[in-house]
Amino acid sequence: MTDKFISIEGIAKRYPGAGGVTTTIFENLWLSMARGEFACVIGHSGCGKTTVLNILAGLDAPSEGAVIVDGQAISGTSLDRAVIFQSHALLPWRTVLGNVAYAVSSKWRSWDRAKIKAHAQQFIDLVGLSGSEHKRPSELSGGMKQRVGIARALSITPKMMLMDEPFSALDALTRGTLQDEVRRICLETGQTAFMITHDVDEAIYLADKIFLMTNGPGAVLAEVVENPLPRDRGRTDLHRHPLYYALRNHIIDFLVTRSKTFVAETPDHDPRNVPVVQIGKPGLTIASTGEEPRQTWMPGTSPGLSA
Amino acid sequence: MTSSLRLRAGLVSIVLLAAFLGIWHLATRSTAPVTTMSPEYAKLMGLTATQGKSAMPGPLDVGAKLWEHLKRPFYDNGPNDKGLGIQLGYSIARVGTGYLLAVLVAIPLGFLIGMSPLLSKALDPFIQVLKPISPLAWMPLALYTIKDSSVSAIFVIFICSIWPMLLNTVFGVATVRKEWINVARTLEVGTIRRAFTVILPAAAPTILTGMRISIGIAWLVIVAAEMLVGGTGIGYFVWNEWNNLSITNVIIAILLIGIVGMLLDQILARFTRMVTFPE
Repeated sequence: MTDKFISIEGIAKRYPGAGGVTTTIFENLWLSMARGEFACVIGHSGCGKTTVLNILAGLDAPSEGAVIVDGQAISGTSLDRAVIFQSHALLPWRTVLGNVAYAVSSKWRSWDRAKIKAHAQQFIDLVGLSGSEHKRPSELSGGMKQRVGIARALSITPKMMLMDEPFSALDALTRGTLQDEVRRICLETGQTAFMITHDVDEAIYLADKIFLMTNGPGAVLAEVVENPLPRDRGRTDLHRHPLYYALRNHIIDFLVTRSKTFVAETPDHDPRNVPVVQIGKPGLTIASTGEEPRQTWMPGTSPGLSA
Repeated sequence: MTSSLRLRAGLVSIVLLAAFLGIWHLATRSTAPVTTMSPEYAKLMGLTATQGKSAMPGPLDVGAKLWEHLKRPFYDNGPNDKGLGIQLGYSIARVGTGYLLAVLVAIPLGFLIGMSPLLSKALDPFIQVLKPISPLAWMPLALYTIKDSSVSAIFVIFICSIWPMLLNTVFGVATVRKEWINVARTLEVGTIRRAFTVILPAAAPTILTGMRISIGIAWLVIVAAEMLVGGTGIGYFVWNEWNNLSITNVIIAILLIGIVGMLLDQILARFTRMVTFPE
């Protein structure tokens, strides 16, 4: 890893608990991403995923450590880092166009109304909402609302996108379509993206790199799994790839058992040099590699295991 | 379905009104002559004694008197004899002035308190003590310091309408959804712009609800305040007509106070609807 576009360096988050005891959500967390990379974080609730994302966004400050983006330590929020919120967080008193235009006018304060409108319209078209510009969020379906959220995040042409379980509130069908959209947009624009998800299939489809976090409190980044699937993978034939089940089983094994036992079983874990798992490549001790798929997962019967 | 429900409700309302007016009329009508007396004496005694008529005016008396008032709402025959339009105008002007002053103080102050947890905690005991004080209790203090009865009445309106607005603004501002604030933060929106583009529209329905409560209280208080300070206004009119023993005029004033109060409430309700957003 030579190009460290984003580098999280030894951050910790602690909260003062009852009776003067401080609760450590995580500490000494190191993590880096290259430019144009799509990363997903998977871990159980309470492992501090959202906190990591909020720290990256600048909405929260780490108790220790620093975050460096594009060679600069961050302090607070920035228009370079757009956030797509889980609950879409649209301003309900503004129209679709108004919501996107609000972001555009925040980034380019000197632009006139027509220029802001034209720019916002371009991104509304990009997410496929042409014709709904003048609707209010309350008139939109959940999927459409999240599209507006995506358009708003993209409209400020950020250096990176941060997504906190952006599709978890959507039905499986809408989720699939939006995953396609996000993947298409990120590939087209070379966007760096950091996404939190509970959905293993979502991570396999979207991510170049999957960060596995152990259970909190005292959560650590256990492994970085590199996605062995080809870059032009499609959502429908994902599961036909020979390495798909190996990858999926590895992640699910981690979530089911190893996320609990990892810290106890791996006393020499070095948080600065987290092992990189390359499934399907020789020289690695991945138990499930080459094994026949044990699972009886049928396409279409389950939208994906929700951890 | 809704239109037929409305129609039926309207019908019931009319029936209830008719029943009320009918009972009122029957209860206050003249009965037969009660005693025989010489015509001069009878003239002196009035209908109450001679015809068994109730001292309470009936609906027809009130209606006739009301029509008289409505025909000449703005006459002015000196301090104790002014048209009802003039009296109501004085009251509305006082309420309007005191209320607007309260808006100008309560909303910016509420914003500040709502946005600052420190101020919110520090000012809370003062607000909690000042809020339950009957506005009329301030009257002697106001009269003593301001030395002008009319301005004192405005002050009383100010002090009574400030609390609901202040508390609702504080609540509305303090409970703006965290995610909307976070949107503004990630877009690097400055504090002032954030206050106007996110917090104000988000808190507007709560603020307007406070303003609606306030105008109702202000209109309740102005009648009592004007009874105390005297001179002009619908409250003074009520007290003056009581001193004249003109129950008819008192009833008319009560009716008009109710109608004006309803109109003020409806105006604020309309404003509230304008700023309310569906989620």
